[in-house]
Amino acid sequence: MSDTSAGGQPGDARRGSQAGQPGAEPAADEGPAVPHRVIGTPPPAQARTLLGQADDEPQAQPRELPAEVSDPERAKRAERVVAACFIIAMLAGFAFIVCYALFQVHTVNGALHSNLVLGSTMGLAFLGLGVGATIWVRQVMPVVEQTEERHPLASSPEDRAAFAKTFEEGTEASGFVSRPLLRRTLIAATVPVALAPIVLLRDMGPLPGTSLENTVWRRGMRLLTAGSNRPLTPGDFDSPGGMITVVPEGFQNDDDALAKAAVVIIKFAPGVLQPPTVLNWTVDGIVAYSKICTHLGCPAALYEQTTQHILCPCHQSTFDAPRGAQVLFGPATRPLPQLPMTVNSAGYLVARSDFHEPVGPSYWERS
Amino acid sequence: MSSNPLAGVGIWVDDRFHAARGARALARKIFPDHWSFLLGEIALYSFIILLLTGVFLTLWFQPSMTSVVYHGSYTRLDGVKMSQAYASTLNISFDVRGGLLMRQIHHWAADLFVAAIMVHMLRIFFTGAYRKPREVNWLIGIVLLTLSLLEGLAGYSLPDDLLSGAGLRILEGVIQTIPIVGTYLAFFLFGGPFPGHDIIPRLYIIHVLLLPALFLALITAHLFIMFHQKHTQMPGKGHTNTNVVGAQTYPYFMAKTGAFFFFTFAALALAGTFAQINAIWLYGPFSPTAISAGTQPDFYMGMLEGALRVMPAWQWTFLGHTVAWNVLIPALLPLGLVFTGAAIWPFLERWITGDKAYHNVNDRPRNAPTRTAIGMSVVAFYGVLWLEGANDLFAEHFDIPLYVTTIVARYAIFIMPAITYFVTKRICLGLQRKDAHLLEHGVETGIIRQLPNGEFIEETRPLNEDERAVLVARPDIPALPSGGDGDAVPAPGMRGAVGRVRERLHHTIAESVPLPDVTADGHGNGHGNGHGEIEGNEPDGHAPAAARQGDGADGASQADA
Repeated sequence: MSDTSAGGQPGDARRGSQAGQPGAEPAADEGPAVPHRVIGTPPPAQARTLLGQADDEPQAQPRELPAEVSDPERAKRAERVVAACFIIAMLAGFAFIVCYALFQVHTVNGALHSNLVLGSTMGLAFLGLGVGATIWVRQVMPVVEQTEERHPLASSPEDRAAFAKTFEEGTEASGFVSRPLLRRTLIAATVPVALAPIVLLRDMGPLPGTSLENTVWRRGMRLLTAGSNRPLTPGDFDSPGGMITVVPEGFQNDDDALAKAAVVIIKFAPGVLQPPTVLNWTVDGIVAYSKICTHLGCPAALYEQTTQHILCPCHQSTFDAPRGAQVLFGPATRPLPQLPMTVNSAGYLVARSDFHEPVGPSYWERS
Repeated sequence: MSSNPLAGVGIWVDDRFHAARGARALARKIFPDHWSFLLGEIALYSFIILLLTGVFLTLWFQPSMTSVVYHGSYTRLDGVKMSQAYASTLNISFDVRGGLLMRQIHHWAADLFVAAIMVHMLRIFFTGAYRKPREVNWLIGIVLLTLSLLEGLAGYSLPDDLLSGAGLRILEGVIQTIPIVGTYLAFFLFGGPFPGHDIIPRLYIIHVLLLPALFLALITAHLFIMFHQKHTQMPGKGHTNTNVVGAQTYPYFMAKTGAFFFFTFAALALAGTFAQINAIWLYGPFSPTAISAGTQPDFYMGMLEGALRVMPAWQWTFLGHTVAWNVLIPALLPLGLVFTGAAIWPFLERWITGDKAYHNVNDRPRNAPTRTAIGMSVVAFYGVLWLEGANDLFAEHFDIPLYVTTIVARYAIFIMPAITYFVTKRICLGLQRKDAHLLEHGVETGIIRQLPNGEFIEETRPLNEDERAVLVARPDIPALPSGGDGDAVPAPGMRGAVGRVRERLHHTIAESVPLPDVTADGHGNGHGNGHGEIEGNEPDGHAPAAARQGDGADGASQADA
């Protein structure tokens, strides 16, 4: 950092180097406890003032800030460094503008390169300004330590009493206390003013009704693989294996429907599936569970074949796939609901019905 | 009258606004100097950068969930169905020059904003800067932190990518579990069932208008109150509760704070250049059937995420209703405890200590051992939940079984804060003892001297006045009126169980290593009264300084001269 050259501890260095400067000693500076009522004199230009009314001012006004640094040589060197920083910042700023024109986007690589040059030049420009300004204040400006008195925050007893009197008189004049009819009707009138905006928000959404209890799954609806939207037959699963996501036919692109109706199906070897899985709802060891985690609704999308666990990546609720997707670990309280499934006459996997219980997170109205 | 070219402008302004006196007071205002006072400025400048970059982003962002098929510059998603919000975010990233940079600076600035607020508040807490007269600003700060979490949640949900969509899904699930009104609130917020078509536009207006307006109002109030009450200062020579020591605004503070703005902007620009953040094109558009593993929310959501993960599966069902404690407790309790605790702490401490004085000189954290220990135990509590929010990454990278991380965290959220409290308090008292030792014996110089009689001693040098002033600054905790533990009649307010609790808490909070008597030299600020009776309770005890002999005492008396 630029300020380390000022000596070990900045605080010490500052206090040390101010010695002998008139007006910098706190006690001397503190002398007039009230703020000066005169227009101050900007340090670098003793003869001139900002407001040009110096003629009316006493000329012997003591300086509040020293005009010169204690080590002019060091300040001179620092000045050149600061100027160099500012020049770098200026060049980087111009480079930013040039790079904006030179580097085109509309491709991944173009965006990457544009980002690189624009960001670098921008960062360098600000860095130059920041470093320059810091060295300026640390090494070019004279070191000072000033003291200012704090004014009491509490008002004087007289002011408080005066305010209380004004307030009381105002209250009396208004009749707010002496005319309770006015006061009470005014308060009553504000009640609907507070209620109306809340009522206005009613149409932000429909009432939930029983919609959380149902999904779009209906009897005979085919199970399509998510993404490719292909109907499935039991023969598509030649061996036990991974988990695939399926969606109800006709709702492949309906996010509102899929947010509740997404299902995972897993094929197990014969005899692996056990209660509480409803075996009647499975086909050839293929079972379908809701993909919507019963904790907070994330898709429970991870399946570990060796342990046959379904894991929700959000909060790591773990479900036992062959045994009714019961909760093995994690914050979920309910098993993943099982979708009743069968095959239709054409041999495709279809739903027997909707889920027999609500899918997804718990909620108050749910039993 | 004057050759100053600014004089004309100055007169023009002053003729109309009577500005000279006020402007001089502004220019002359003293700001104290300490590195930790910059933390709030980082938050402020991050906020300004958020406003600047955010306005840029709104020029192209389309807060719409209307479904479109993408045919843009990012060819890997060509032909993919997505929302307009996501498509326009891709457009900003790949088709607007500087768009990606502004997006990444905006996101980094958001993280820095929240982080700076948090660290700033820790600084305020540990130095006791929230005490009278600054309680209101402390409360405003807590509201600002709360709003910043909401603002961040709303903001990172806007691109409607797969990652943020999962976040919204979790939000919906959490709202649904609120007893009685939960499903209604969720349906009102989302305009029907999740995901619907309303949430992005609604979050957008919350993110770009509602909350920023609140931020502007509260930050303005925060700064004006700070300005009006004047900044606190750290202990030091000549630093008292009735003055402020530092350098004046013009030119010193202006130059420093301006430089700091540039540093903040430079850091964020370089982060936005070289550190990729929220690469939404890699996550893909939101789909309710898909999710990616191992993804993390922004850091400030990590604690909530961890709380949800660590919670056991508790739930009540009765009379046809469900109370999902597995969601309600982690969603409300940890942050609720931290924020509510932070909000009532200044008033609780004030009640316990009976300290009604103004405090403009900060405490060094070691000099308020109980406060520091409480703060650190809250940090530990937060930290455990925060780490648990990334437990899958820990499990993966360190090859720990996933469930073990969660089970460990379930115990750690109770054990770690307790251990941290105890350890921190002992460290503080130890540091106080070290300070007392320095005051008594001076600084060891490392010079070994042999006395004529052959004895070796190490030379010490006395503390200089600056060092001494820092060490002797101690919070002055007044003694409570008698609780009547002996035959005496208890004072009002000290009677009954409440009085006994207060006395017990006061005893804990006032625990400190006493200052040695060698400070009675005019530099001490009249503390030391009240430390006598506390000394008796110190487990280790501490020999009165007067009983000690040796070169250290000599050194100290030299410093007095």
